[in-house]
Formats: sequence, structure tokens, C-alpha cells
Amino acid sequence: MSVLEMREMVKEYRLREGLRTTRLRAVDNVSFELTPGRTIALVGQSGSGKSTIAKLLMQLERPTSGSILVDGEPMQYRGARAAAYRKAVQMVFQDPFGSLNPYHTIGHHLARPVTLHHPDFTREQVDERVLELLRRVRLDEDYVGRKPHELSGGQRQRVAIARALAPEPAILVADEPVSMLDVSIRLGVLNLLAALQREENLGVLYITHDLATARHFSDEIMVLYHGAVVEHGSADDVILNPQHEYTQLLAEASPAPERRLAELGH
Amino acid sequence: MTLKLAVGLGIAGIIVVFGVVGPLLVGNPSTVRDLGLTGPGNGFLLGTTQTGQDVFAQLAYATRGSLIIGVVVGALTLLLSSFFGIVGAFVGGWADEAFSLFTNIMLVIPGLPLVILISSYVPNKSIWLVAAVLAITSWAGSARVLRGFTLSVRSRDYVLAARISGEKRWRILFVEILPNLIPLLASQVVFAVIFAILGEAGLSFLGLGASGSFTWGTMLFYAQNGLALRLGAWWWFAPPGLAIALFGAALSLINFSIDEIINPKLRSQTRAERNKWSVKS
Ligand SMILES: Nc1ncnc2c1ncn2[C@@H]1O[C@H](COP(=O)(O)OP(=O)(O)OP(=O)(O)O)[C@@H](O)[C@H]1O
Ligand SMILES: [Mg+2]
Repeated sequence: MSVLEMREMVKEYRLREGLRTTRLRAVDNVSFELTPGRTIALVGQSGSGKSTIAKLLMQLERPTSGSILVDGEPMQYRGARAAAYRKAVQMVFQDPFGSLNPYHTIGHHLARPVTLHHPDFTREQVDERVLELLRRVRLDEDYVGRKPHELSGGQRQRVAIARALAPEPAILVADEPVSMLDVSIRLGVLNLLAALQREENLGVLYITHDLATARHFSDEIMVLYHGAVVEHGSADDVILNPQHEYTQLLAEASPAPERRLAELGH
Repeated sequence: MTLKLAVGLGIAGIIVVFGVVGPLLVGNPSTVRDLGLTGPGNGFLLGTTQTGQDVFAQLAYATRGSLIIGVVVGALTLLLSSFFGIVGAFVGGWADEAFSLFTNIMLVIPGLPLVILISSYVPNKSIWLVAAVLAITSWAGSARVLRGFTLSVRSRDYVLAARISGEKRWRILFVEILPNLIPLLASQVVFAVIFAILGEAGLSFLGLGASGSFTWGTMLFYAQNGLALRLGAWWWFAPPGLAIALFGAALSLINFSIDEIINPKLRSQTRAERNKWSVKS
């Protein structure tokens, strides 16, 4: 896979209030392209539809209208092409406490996607891959046998990143990957993501509230407001020369990205 | 292993061994003799009934009978409540609606009138029939509990992550969801067993129980009929009563410990909550 394109995507939810049903347009005519080696930041306030876009990409929701194209071909929800798609597009969830199964070991979480991706691997080969994945996210090998509750939030998020890398994806969707982590470890996790992105030449959709990290870690910034993209451009352009009033408000709220980053890194 | 769990397992274990092995070692519990209402000793460990039957032999058979009821009802409840609770919630949509409607209907069918109805149609109820009736009238409550919990587990991120990685649906249900339900399932089953044994004892005491078989309830029923209390024949009614109380207490202790046994999910949830707060502040 080289290019993943979302085209004129609309997602409406039906809400039932007593007898009336109303429609909520969570995603409103959104189009963008994810290419290998590039990071797009998706910025917007709570409820603006960021996670819904992630779910649409992950096939966890079906579009109301619009399409997702893989190298120009429509994405499939069933069959062999769908399986290939699911391996090529992976996701890191927001909450590291909810995204790992409390019943299973770290090893299980990594071995399953490896086995699914390489059904021909022997046990030893799978174990070797699991250890390699742990090393890649800078975790000690003896975490293999541990349960999620024995890990810190940052360590859990590293495991979640390793799991996403297991099927050797081309595209990574990171839905607010550090918003639930302690401020002191956020930068470490973001730097890890950036390093892995360069090493694997991943296309990354980085969903965040934080304009400062969006500018630092992304090539492009897309600003979402009530489900619609109100601004889309290179990171510096959007921050230094915001057009839409919502972006201006955001940019004013975080006037000095450098200082903000310094705060994060202290 | 906590003290509670050890005590519970110990008492329940002794009673189970007695119910399994006891009947093999004692004589026929129905043999009528010419020495009515003799106290403990005199060749009979727990004395005799009004008609000279060996109380100890009866207790052994009654323990086996009550345990059979408990096990059968526990197993049937597990089967029915997981099918209608877990599978419905996991499949979702139309199946979930239908299953939970059925569960709710079963929930409001009162057990006692149903048993009275059945007993008026079937004159000779076997122990199995009583167990089946108790199971049918009691699984719905735990099905609802299981459904609620399955719904919440089903939408957790780790289940979504498993779906994303391309796991098969049955594997998600059995490997990712079910293990997290095991403590809940275990406590539901233990509760069902307590309910069944107490329920059967109640039915038998009212004369609605299984005919021709021994359970703790039927022993109490015959003791009551034989005026054991008024004649001061404590050795007749005290053993089955104590057995019910002890077994119920033991299972309750086990149930409490299941809740307390280090449940990593509960731990991580509280920590997640704490973390959320610290990020917001
Ligand atoms: N399953 C659903 N049914 C109905 N409405 C939904 C559903 N999922 C999301 N929504 C609504 O869609 C809108 C967008 O939600 P979404 O989760 O995408 O927001 P978000 O940008 O990710 O917010 P946050 O930053 O808080 O994570 C919200 O108004 C939400 O209430
Ligand atoms: Mg979100």
C-alpha cells in the first residue's frame, strides 16, 4: 500500500431521544490523503469527530457516504483484500489502560498479531519477533511474561505501539496517544513514535488536542471543527498564519510551541 | 489463598466428600426397624427416626441428593445464562433484542407457582425434574448480569484492537472476552448452587419436592411430619438443618473470596481513573 485516501467522507449517527430521532453529523465531507513517510496531525476540540475518522479508517464504523481508497481502489470490508488492508492500517488507542486485555500477558498481545500476520511462523520465530518488537519500543525483554496491570501507563502505551507495528503496517493511526499519560513521559512516547515512523517510513495520522506537538511532529495539520475540516496545510502555515477563527483561537491558546515543548520535556 | 477461601473450600469439600463416599458406607436408609426415636449411640451414630430408620444413613443419601440438585442447577444455569446473556450481547443487534426479551420474560415467571403447577401434573417427580424446574426459573437473573458485563467488555479498546488485528469472532469471544468474565461466572454459579439447594429444601419442606429420594429438604419434611421438634428428637432435624447452613455459608465464603481474589481488571480500572484525574488537574 502506498496511498490511503479518504474522499468526501460523511458519517452520521442516529440519536434516539424518546420518540424523535435526530441525526448527528459527526464527520462532514472530509477528504485527505495519507502517504508513507508523512505525518498528518488532526486537531480539533472534543467531540469534533476525530475518533470517528479513526474508526472509519479502521473499519470499525461504516461511512454514511464517501469512500476510502487504497491506491485509488475502493477499500473492501470483506475478503482477502480486506484482510490485507487491516494489516496495512494499524491503530494506537488513546487509553493505554483500556487497550490491553487485563487477563493476558504482554507476550500474548504481541504474539497474536505476529501469528496472524505470519501463519507459517514456528513458535520460536514468533517469540523471536515478539522480543524484537519489545526492543523496538525500548522495553526490556522480560516484560514478555508480565500482565498489563504491572506496567506503567507509558510502558503500556509502548506495548500498544509494538502491537500496532507487529503486522508491519504502512499506515499508523494514533488517536491521542499521549493524552492519558503523565506529562513527564509524553515527549518520550511521541519521540518514540516519530523515530519508528522514520525507520519504517510509515504514514501517520496523529490525532491530538495539542497544537504544539502537532506542529513539532507533523508535516501537515488538519483542523477539524464540528466534523468539517476548516483548515488544512503545512504545519508551519497553519500555526503561523491561521485562517479560520477557531484555529486562531487554538493558536493563541498555545502561543509558543517551543516553550510548550520545553515544558513537556522537563 | 485467603482464610475465607480456605475455610469455605474446607467445609464445602468435607460435605462433598461425605455426599460422594457416605452412601457407599452406610446401610439402606429406608429400612424400618422396631426401635423408633432412639438417640445417638446405641449402634446408630445419629440415632433413628420414628420408624427406626438410620438418621446417619439418611443424612449421607440426603447430602448426595442435595448436591446433585446443586450441581445440576449450577451447570444448567451456567449454560443457559451464558448462552442467553453472553452470546446475545456479543452478537448484538437482532439476536440481542430477542435474547434479552426472552430473558426478561423468564425473569418475571415466578418459580414457586410454576413448581406447584408442575407438581400437580406430575405425581412422581424425580430429583432431576425438580432440578430442571429450579434451573429454568433461576437462570434469567444471572443472564442479565452477564449481558450487562459482556456489553461493557465488548466495546473495550482491547476487543476493538483484537478486531483490528484480524482475529476471528469466536476467538475474540472465547480468548479475549470470556476470561474476563470467569470471576463473574464463577460467582453466579456458586450463587445458583446455594439458591438451588435452599430452594429445593424449601420446596421439599412444603411437600412439593422430589418424591422417593432423599435430600436435606425431605429429611426436614419427614422430621417435621414425625413431630421431631415436639418430641425433642434433635438428632433427627438438627443434622440436615446444620448441613444446609454450613454448606450455604461455605459457598458464600467462596463467593466472597472470588470477588476479592486479586482481579487485575479492577486494579487497573482504579488506576486508570486515578490517572485520568491527574491529567485533568
Ligand atoms: N456510536 C456513536 N453513536 C452516536 N454518536 C456518536 C457515536 N460515536 C461518536 N458519536 C458522536 O460523534 C461526535 C464525534 O465524536 P468523536 O468521538 O469522533 O469525537 P473526538 O473528536 O474524538 O472527541 P475527543 O477529543 O473527546 O476524543 C460526538 O458528538 C459524539 O457524541
Ligand atoms: Mg476521541
